[in-house]
Amino acid sequence: MFEYAPAPESRSVVDLKPSYGLFIDGTFVDPTDGGSFKSINPASEEVLAEIAEAGAQDVERAVRAARKAYDKVWGPMPGRDRAKYLYRIARLIQERSRELAVLESLDNGKPIRESRDVDLPLVAAHFFYYAGWADKLGHAGFGANPQPIGVAAQVIPWNFPLLMLAWKIAPALAAGNTVVLKPAETTPLTALLFAEICQQADLPAGVVNILTGAGDTGRALVEHADVDKVAFTGSTEVGRAIARSVAGTRKKLTLELGGKAANIVFDDAPIDQAVEGIVNGIFFNQGHVCCAGSRLLVQENVADRVLESLKRRMAQLRVGDPLDKNTDVGAINSAAQLERIRELSDAGSAEGAERWSPPCELPDRGFWFAPTIFTGVTQAHRIAREEIFGPVLSVLTFRTPAEAVEKANNTPYGLSAGIWTDKGSRILWMADRLRAGVVWANTFNKFDPTSPFGGYKESGYGREGGRHGLEGYLNV
Amino acid sequence: MSERVAVRKTYKLFIGGKFPRSESGRSYLVQSSNVSLASRKDARDAVVAARAAVKGWAGATAYNRGQILYRAAEMLEGRREQFVALGIPGDEVDAAVDRWVWYAGWADKLAQVYGGANPVAGPYFNISAPEPTGVVAVVAPERPALLGLVSVIAPAIVTGNTVVVAASPSEPLAAVTLAEVLATSDLPGGVVNILTGAITETAPTLAAHMDVNAIDLTGVTDASLATDLEVKAAENLKRVLRPASGAADWFADPGLARMTALLETKTVWHPKGV
Repeated sequence: MFEYAPAPESRSVVDLKPSYGLFIDGTFVDPTDGGSFKSINPASEEVLAEIAEAGAQDVERAVRAARKAYDKVWGPMPGRDRAKYLYRIARLIQERSRELAVLESLDNGKPIRESRDVDLPLVAAHFFYYAGWADKLGHAGFGANPQPIGVAAQVIPWNFPLLMLAWKIAPALAAGNTVVLKPAETTPLTALLFAEICQQADLPAGVVNILTGAGDTGRALVEHADVDKVAFTGSTEVGRAIARSVAGTRKKLTLELGGKAANIVFDDAPIDQAVEGIVNGIFFNQGHVCCAGSRLLVQENVADRVLESLKRRMAQLRVGDPLDKNTDVGAINSAAQLERIRELSDAGSAEGAERWSPPCELPDRGFWFAPTIFTGVTQAHRIAREEIFGPVLSVLTFRTPAEAVEKANNTPYGLSAGIWTDKGSRILWMADRLRAGVVWANTFNKFDPTSPFGGYKESGYGREGGRHGLEGYLNV
Repeated sequence: MSERVAVRKTYKLFIGGKFPRSESGRSYLVQSSNVSLASRKDARDAVVAARAAVKGWAGATAYNRGQILYRAAEMLEGRREQFVALGIPGDEVDAAVDRWVWYAGWADKLAQVYGGANPVAGPYFNISAPEPTGVVAVVAPERPALLGLVSVIAPAIVTGNTVVVAASPSEPLAAVTLAEVLATSDLPGGVVNILTGAITETAPTLAAHMDVNAIDLTGVTDASLATDLEVKAAENLKRVLRPASGAADWFADPGLARMTALLETKTVWHPKGV
C-alpha cells in the first residue's frame, strides 16, 4: 500500500456545545422528566457532548407542540409556502454542509470522504426534491387534493443519522404533516444542528421537534395516543415491536428494517468492476448499511478469480481516522455494535467458515473492526442468515441463474440485491425473480431522492424517496 | 450641490448569454426607452445559439436544472423592486417568482408523473420517459409582461428545451430585465434567448426555421398571423402550442400542459431472459 501523509479534515468548522437540550416548539429546552447521556466519538471514545434524554412528559410536550403547529400553522399553510421553507432548509444544508459532514463523522465514525461526498449531498438533494412536491401533491397520483395525516412520530438509526432524518422529515413536511423525531442515542448531534437550521430558516415553531433519547423515549413516542403516523428505520426486531404496538390504532406505519442482500456475480461480469461493487456493497459505511451486499453469491467457475481480486482490493482499504480524507473504512459506531459484529464473526468461524482479513493495523482507542470475508459459507450458517451490520462479507457460490435466485431469496429479508453480468436480458430476468425492494445491476448502493427505497418481507413496508415516498405521509 | 444625474440602462437583446444590439443597428422607442428592434438575422442567430445550448442543457441532470431554475427564482426575488419600478405590479412579481419555484420543482418530478413502466404482454422490460423536443420558439404574451413571460419560458426550459422568445413588443423592458436575472442564475448561455421588436418580423422567421422543433404561439393575438405561423411551422412538423381561445388567467394554476406539449416520449424495450 502507498504511504500517505495524514490529511485530516479540520474540526474547527464545528462548534460543539458542552450540552444540548431537547428541541420542542421551536426552542431548546431542558427535559422535564428525563435525564441525560453522553454522545462519544467512536473513533477515540472522547465525549463529544452531554445530551438530554427525553422522558414521557417531554414526549407529551413535543407531541402537543407538533399537534398545535399542525392544526394552526403547517396544516392550513398553502403548499407553495411550505415549499419555500423546505427550499430554505435545503439551501442552509448546502451552505453548512462541511460543518454537518465533520460533525457526522465525529459522532458516527464514518469517513469524512463519505459524509462529505455522499451523505450531505444526498441530504440537501432530498430536501430540494421534496420541497418541490409541497405545491404539487395533486399531481402525485394520490387523488386531486390529497391531505396530510397529522403528527408523525419518526425514529431513525445511527448509520446515516442526517440522511435518515432527511428521508423522514422532508416528505413529511412537504405533505403537510408536523413531526417529532428521535435520532439514535449514539448519533444525536447532526439532528440537533438540524434543529438550529430550522430556527435559522424561521420554520414555524412546533413543525419539527427533536427528542433525543434511547429506546424508552422512542417507545413513548410511537405509543403516544395523539400520533397519527409512525415511521421507523432500524432493526427488524424493533420494527416488529412497533408493528405490534400500533395494532388496533389508526396510526399509519412505515418501516425500513434490516437486510441480508445478495450481491450476485455471474461469470460474464467484468471482474474489476464487480469487485469494486462488492467492496462498495459491504465496506461502504463500515457495512453499517441495511441494504449492504452482505452475501456475495459468485458463480462457481469464476469464484477463485473474483476472490483473489477481491482480497487484493481489500488489502488497499485504509482503515482509520474518520476525519482523514484518505480513509476508506472508519470506526464501528459503538461498543455494543462492535460486540455484535465480533460475536457473529466468531460464530462464522465456529460453524466452519473460513475467515480472512487483510493485514490491517487498527487504532488503539475507539471501536474498530478490520474488513473481513468468510468463504466456504453455507446457507445454514448464522453469518449467511443474520444481519451483521458490519464490514463482514459472507461468500457463497452458485452454478445456474435459477440457483442464484433460490439462494438470494432464501432469507426473511428483502431489502436489496445486486446483479453483475454483461447480459442485459439476464439482469431483467433476475430482477423479476428477486424478492427485494431495490435491485442494483452492475452498480451497488446507489441512492437518489427521486428513487423509491424500501423492502419486501421482513425488511419492512412502505417506500421512502421519489413520488412513492409521499404515500406514507398522505391520507390516501 | 447639483443633483446627481442618473445612469440610464441600454436595453438590448439576449442571445447566447450575451447582450448584443440588433445586428441591423435598429431600435424603437417604447416605455420611454430605446429598445433593440430585432431583425430576421437576429432571430436566426438566436436559433443557432439555442441549438448549441441543447446538448448541455438537455444533458444536464434534472436535479441540476432544478437547482438552476430555483436560483433564477432567488435572483428574481432579489430584483423585485426593479420590476416594480418598471411598472409591474408587486403581486405580479410575486406570482412570477412563485411560478419559477413551481416549475423548478418539476425538473426532477415530471418523468415520474408523465412517464413510467408499460406492462406489455411479453417478457420485455418496457419503459417510457419524456425527453425535451429541442429548440422552442415562443411568442410571449403581450401582457402581463413579466408573469406571462415567465409562464411561457419556465415550462419550456425546465424539461431541457432551449428557447428563442419574442418578447412583448409594447412592454419589452421586463423581458430584458428578466434576461439579466437569467444571466446571473448559472443558466448556461443560449438556453434562453430573448428578442425584442416586432412580432411580425421575428415570428415568421422562427416559424419557418428548419432548426426549430416547436413553436408556442401564445402571444399571437392576430388570428390570421397565428394561422400563417402554424402553416409555416407545418413544413418541418413543429409541435405547435396555439394561442388560447379566450382571455387567459395567468395567475391560475398552469397545470402540466405547457410542459408536456414540448416533450417527446421515448419508449425503450429490452428482452428478459437468462
